[in-house]
Amino acid sequence: MLKTETFTLNMGPQHPSTHGVLQVVLELDGETVVQAIPNMGYLHRGIEKLAESRTYAQFIPYTDRLDYVSSMGNNLGYCQTVEKMMDIKVPERAEYLRIIMTELNRIASHLIFMGSLAIDLGASTGMMFGFRSRERILDLFDMVCGARQTYTYIRFGGVSADIPSEFIPALERFLTDFPAMLDEYHRLLTGNEILYHRLKNTGVISAQRAVEIGLTGPALRASGVDYDIRKVEPYGIYDRFDFSVPLGQVGDCWDRYTIRMEEMKQSAGIVAQALSQMPEGTVMASVPKVVKPPAGEVYHSIENPRGELGYYIVSNGGTNPYRLHVRRPSFINLQVLNEACQGLLIGDVVAILATLDSLMGEVDC
Amino acid sequence: MQEITGLFKIAEILRAILGRFLSDPQLVDICMSLINIGSIFTIISLTAVVLVYAERKVSAFMQRRSGPNRVGPGGTLQTVADMVKLMAKEDIMPAGADKWMWMLAPILLFIPAAAVFVVFPFDNKAIFADLNIGVFYFIAMSSQSVLPFLMAGWASNNKYSLVGGMRTVAQMLSYEVPMVLSILGIVMLAGSMRMSTIVAAQQHTWFILLQPIAFVVYVITATAEINRAPFDLVEGESEIVAGPFTEYTGMRWALFFLAEYANLLAVSVIATTLFLGGWNGPWLPGWVWFFLKVGGMVFLFMWFRWTFPRLRIDQLMSFGWKVLLPLALLNIIVTGIGMYIYEFFS
Amino acid sequence: MSNRDINHLLAELKARYLEDVKMIGEEAQTALLVESHCLTDILGFLKTNESYQFNMLRNLTAVDYLEYIEVVYHLYSLPFRQTITVKTRCGMEDLQVPSATTIWPSANFQEREIYDLLGVKFTGHPDLRRILLRDEFEGHPLRKTYQAGTTGEKEVKSLC
Repeated sequence: MLKTETFTLNMGPQHPSTHGVLQVVLELDGETVVQAIPNMGYLHRGIEKLAESRTYAQFIPYTDRLDYVSSMGNNLGYCQTVEKMMDIKVPERAEYLRIIMTELNRIASHLIFMGSLAIDLGASTGMMFGFRSRERILDLFDMVCGARQTYTYIRFGGVSADIPSEFIPALERFLTDFPAMLDEYHRLLTGNEILYHRLKNTGVISAQRAVEIGLTGPALRASGVDYDIRKVEPYGIYDRFDFSVPLGQVGDCWDRYTIRMEEMKQSAGIVAQALSQMPEGTVMASVPKVVKPPAGEVYHSIENPRGELGYYIVSNGGTNPYRLHVRRPSFINLQVLNEACQGLLIGDVVAILATLDSLMGEVDC
Repeated sequence: MQEITGLFKIAEILRAILGRFLSDPQLVDICMSLINIGSIFTIISLTAVVLVYAERKVSAFMQRRSGPNRVGPGGTLQTVADMVKLMAKEDIMPAGADKWMWMLAPILLFIPAAAVFVVFPFDNKAIFADLNIGVFYFIAMSSQSVLPFLMAGWASNNKYSLVGGMRTVAQMLSYEVPMVLSILGIVMLAGSMRMSTIVAAQQHTWFILLQPIAFVVYVITATAEINRAPFDLVEGESEIVAGPFTEYTGMRWALFFLAEYANLLAVSVIATTLFLGGWNGPWLPGWVWFFLKVGGMVFLFMWFRWTFPRLRIDQLMSFGWKVLLPLALLNIIVTGIGMYIYEFFS
Repeated sequence: MSNRDINHLLAELKARYLEDVKMIGEEAQTALLVESHCLTDILGFLKTNESYQFNMLRNLTAVDYLEYIEVVYHLYSLPFRQTITVKTRCGMEDLQVPSATTIWPSANFQEREIYDLLGVKFTGHPDLRRILLRDEFEGHPLRKTYQAGTTGEKEVKSLC
């Protein structure tokens, strides 16, 4: 009797398109995926445990290392949580600077998404283009905080330093060039027939399922669920800006891709608005030297490029957090991988992984 | 001067010189054959060096980088440095590999890649063996490269390699059909499978003008045949790491690489010969025209590679069978009718 | 969720579950404290009830308070744009909490994470394995009693 058998293929932890050290155990029937079980933990550093033995301020650099392509957002989320516990009022100028930096970081992060999606689908030129434009943003960050990836720029009560004089002209140059760049990507990737057919109707997640499985961020909005924390629970000063939240219809890879492309445009718009409204003034509130939030607990979340980044901090009134938990969007979004991949081909797993845009630094915490 | 620049003339001069030293004309023939073989292998290995450099520079140009620029003037010696590195690398054989199959695969892949060069008309009369079934020989030889890929994939004892090997078979077999059919139109027009006759038939009109559909089908299928993007599923590095080559290191891997570029050159040569008029062209010597056209084709293939994403396996198969094959068949029918009408009126 | 709403909700829940539900915390930190045996019922009620519809589990975590471990559910209602915090406690001697995966599949990884790092067993979970640490790892690092480098692992000597 002839019969066929499924076989197991370990995709990762060393694999070019798992974006870090993710292992996906694929059960394959020929090329068709029967099951795709993500296996993580290869980058687990115990950041939540480390937080318990660090002071509040000492933990800020650790947040940089969670989602390391959008560190500004991580800084912001953590600092706002602690500020919420201690009732610290942040100066206006610092609020605007925070918005500018996190939105720029969102663009940078989505550019990496675009680049890595392109190279995962075999178009390496897209990656080069994405990284080239991201370089401009990193140069801007380099100006304000001297770091290109791990910024620790946003601190309790404000930001670490005011922007240097050359920053605003450079940012304005970037904002003028950016639409042309975006247009170029659209011509290279969005208009490409092969890319469209690779992504369209691949890995469809219905709106109801997306909510149930806990997707957040662009992955959720691609399914048509309007949930952007910047809009529904505006943190900082997001209520002052005029921007729209792009929504998808089908919840396939194509929607996840186009939404992120559109979000970049919106983010650039927010940066431009913030730049024009930004007042003069100090960038740092007076914060006690030793940060000791009163006993209690706070859950605060922000919209990071990958979804809802939440910090849950329990304080016992001491100098260290009693318990600090990070709700990592990449980690929770990864749950959908198995059901999204079932019945598709190996090439689709790569596309789904890329459009979920999970980042292992954040998944493994 | 025009006379001496032709490759055939150079061969004649060489033959005359050899004839002075060697009494037996048979010995002269043997020597000439050896020289021809030597020059073909020189062309293959040199083009690999040149093409790798060219590919890196072309990709750099498309991605707005500078590309290799450290080794030698303008980075020209980069490939040489790479080859030295590859030769110095440790030769690792995976545990559990099927030893003989595994070792033979890269060699067997290289043989057909090199053997097709026999029938390429580099210039007027400059063709190693002007077979009367030249086109058929090319098709037959190039289809031999399916097996080594499968051998490498199977023998490596690696699942990525196996998946890659399976993909090769599916892809190359299904794209062979439309490719052959697209070439058939040319054979009908020229009335011969002899390469030199086909080129001679294009003295006034290149076949690309008479057979535009066949050219398009040929270019697409040729890209698939040599496993280059957007049809590089066999080694699609973001999916199956490197397909059949995953477990190969050092020189063995370099042989795969060499064969890949030899194949790239081969399909460009065939495109030039069948569609672009071969060595025909005004003012310049024939072989210069030939290599200019080949260079243009190579650039076209590189252009594809650096702009397109990769297809998915099911899309690849359906495109081959549902689009290219009917198109190629249609082309044959139209060509036949056209020829009949042409003969009827003239 | 505003205080008035939560009182209303509490009254409704109290009527159903008597003393198993109470409200703890002040002002911004209010939470429903639920006895673990009726946890799934209450979570299901919160999710399906027409006037609340907490259909999204935003965050799920747990805190070790030495005497007991507290599991914290942060819920969000997409239709009403409201949040609520639900807590449940389990004593150290019996670390068992019913799994919420049947109500929100998104609890899957988060419960595994809690199991991995704090050792709370979620009964009814489809696949309760360690998720971040390797399977052979002994102990649960986020417990306050956990001593690094002593459990399960050979003592790591400094290289300097």
